[in-house]
Amino acid sequence: MAAQIFSAIFVIIIGVGGCVAYFWGANKLVDIVFPSRGVQGAAAIDNLRRQGMIRPWLFVGPAMIILTIYLIYPVVETLRLSFLDRSGGNFVGFANYEWAFGDREFRNSILNNIVWLAVVPAACTFLGLIIAVLTDKIWWGTIAKSLIFLPLAISFVGASVIWKFIYEYRGEGQTQIGLLNAIIQYFGGQPQVWISLPFWNNFFLMIILIWIQTGFAMVILSSALRGIPEETLEAAVIDGANPFQIFWKIMVPQIWGTIAVVWTTITILVLKVFDIVLTMTNGQWNSQVLANLMFDWMFRGGGDFGRGATIAIIIMIAVIPIMVWNIRQANKETGGH
Amino acid sequence: MAVATGKSFASRFGVHIAVLIFVAIWTVPTLGILVSSLRDKDQIIASGWWNSFASSSQTEAGRLPPASAQVEKDGKFVLQGNIFGEGTARNVSAFGVKSAAPTQYPAGTTADLGDGVTLQLNADGTFVMASPKAFEGDRGQRVYYASSAPPKFTTDNYQTVLFSEGIGRSFMNSLTVTIPATVIPILIAAFAAYALAWMRFPGRALLIAVIIGLLVVPLQMSLIPLLKLYNGVGTFFGVPSKTYLGIWLAHTGFGLPFAIYLLRSYIAGLPREIMESARIDGASDFEIFVKIVLPLSFPVLASFAIFQFLWVWNDLLVAMVFLGTEGDQIVLTAKLNALLGSRGGDWEILTTSAFVTIIVPLIVFFSLQRYFVRGLLAGSVKGG
Repeated sequence: MAAQIFSAIFVIIIGVGGCVAYFWGANKLVDIVFPSRGVQGAAAIDNLRRQGMIRPWLFVGPAMIILTIYLIYPVVETLRLSFLDRSGGNFVGFANYEWAFGDREFRNSILNNIVWLAVVPAACTFLGLIIAVLTDKIWWGTIAKSLIFLPLAISFVGASVIWKFIYEYRGEGQTQIGLLNAIIQYFGGQPQVWISLPFWNNFFLMIILIWIQTGFAMVILSSALRGIPEETLEAAVIDGANPFQIFWKIMVPQIWGTIAVVWTTITILVLKVFDIVLTMTNGQWNSQVLANLMFDWMFRGGGDFGRGATIAIIIMIAVIPIMVWNIRQANKETGGH
Repeated sequence: MAVATGKSFASRFGVHIAVLIFVAIWTVPTLGILVSSLRDKDQIIASGWWNSFASSSQTEAGRLPPASAQVEKDGKFVLQGNIFGEGTARNVSAFGVKSAAPTQYPAGTTADLGDGVTLQLNADGTFVMASPKAFEGDRGQRVYYASSAPPKFTTDNYQTVLFSEGIGRSFMNSLTVTIPATVIPILIAAFAAYALAWMRFPGRALLIAVIIGLLVVPLQMSLIPLLKLYNGVGTFFGVPSKTYLGIWLAHTGFGLPFAIYLLRSYIAGLPREIMESARIDGASDFEIFVKIVLPLSFPVLASFAIFQFLWVWNDLLVAMVFLGTEGDQIVLTAKLNALLGSRGGDWEILTTSAFVTIIVPLIVFFSLQRYFVRGLLAGSVKGG
């Protein structure tokens, strides 16, 4: 274990040192090859111009290389693999896509993903907004927000264990140690094996993600609410609007842009949701989702890269509209500069 | 922002109650595993954790001592002792000698077992069994009893998971993966962010657009090609394909778009005058970056470091693909996932392991929440 700590520290030093050495060294090299000091007139100006051309690329170079290897090349390669067979050797045309839409498990995943997409972003945004408004009115609001924000730091696997313990079912006649079943039993209901109830089990998994992400929505929306001009609210009060009217007609329209950002961010997260399903049910009892199905096909029976890549492409297609919207927003903001 | 309506006592009271309910829903689940992880493992399954401060009761079976322990007293053969052994604080509420009726007799009463044999079991666990004839055989009388035990808290579970279940090792592995995977991208991203914010070169706008596009590319798109690439590199050079170096670089790659995006928008907002006066004084871009931009960017660097730390520490997918699902190298999340499979019903193991897994992020989160929130706002409100 000590050896491991040392090797980790060693690597940090090497990695950081390497980065520093690269940037410093490359910068120095440019200065030496194209000196701008100590040379006369036109040559100095020429060298300065050359330096100005090269230096930016030295700065962005490492980032570009890593982005190309880890993100850009894989996108192209995944697209290519989706038209190949399981080992990536033979071209099979659209066979993988045909398989996907004929496969019962895949169709179940698509259906579940649609339910997830319909429920989770809406629930997180709605709850986040309600909590942001309510906590703004009380003196211990900051503490309350901090506690609701907390699950955001917990891993999906950790959260799954936490909630699995809540959903725990023990046979009839035994003490129910899962909180949910204990409450149900207290009120005279029948304890259930929640995570294997077809269709409804999806909602028990969604609750976990909602529990994690509401804090995110709350923080962002809370800061947007603070930005609402005081006068608009005062005017509404003077005009005799009730709190619900103020909320829906004055506050919500003014933070519409922020709501859209929160909604799309959580939407992307939902499309990639994997850990929760893997640890809670691993797709059993009709709770499969695309990201977990993809992981499954990467390794199932030695791995079928063609089908795995196809599922990844389908997730990607769902993300593209958001991606385009983001790029256009960003361009608008920087004025294309 | 203060809404002037709803000032009545009832509605203010309602707000407090509503927030209290939300806070309860968001904290009680975590509290559940914390409390459970500190309980005795027999008590975890005997009663819900919310009852952990009350005595838990359970029905157990035991055996009285064999015939060899008998003594003769007043013409009767007697077996005496304490069913719990010595020095426990447990209580018997009822007992029986048939498994079908384990709580037939209340504690303290004398049960007639036939043939003049009597058995008395007291609340404190002491028993007296008497018979006119000598006891025989080397197996004692079977006794069933309902006992209640006082609340018992222990750190045994932590000892068990850290040292015999392999969580301690995985904890170190998680640190080994997380720290370099947090530090390496910061430097690379900071240089790129500076160039994209303050240096002029052709293709800059396109690069920025590409990075914003890459922000939302699902990780799933990268997994298969990189897995193939790593396996290929491993075979070609005759080295293992699942290494820490591999996962550091993978996390660096996946974290870079957000890092560059976040740092660029911050660095671009630094005052132009500072940069220009430094340049007039003859400072090069490298000097400006190291001496002016880096120190001024500390808050955003801290924000990103926290994000990346939490994301890498909590990641399961990348760890499972690039480090595998078993072996000596696996990180906490993967270990916890493996335990969910192999120790499914052992809640003392699972709750304790889960708590070990989440404690580091919770500490980081609580101590550096300010930077975290700032990064969250900068990272999502501006461009999404």
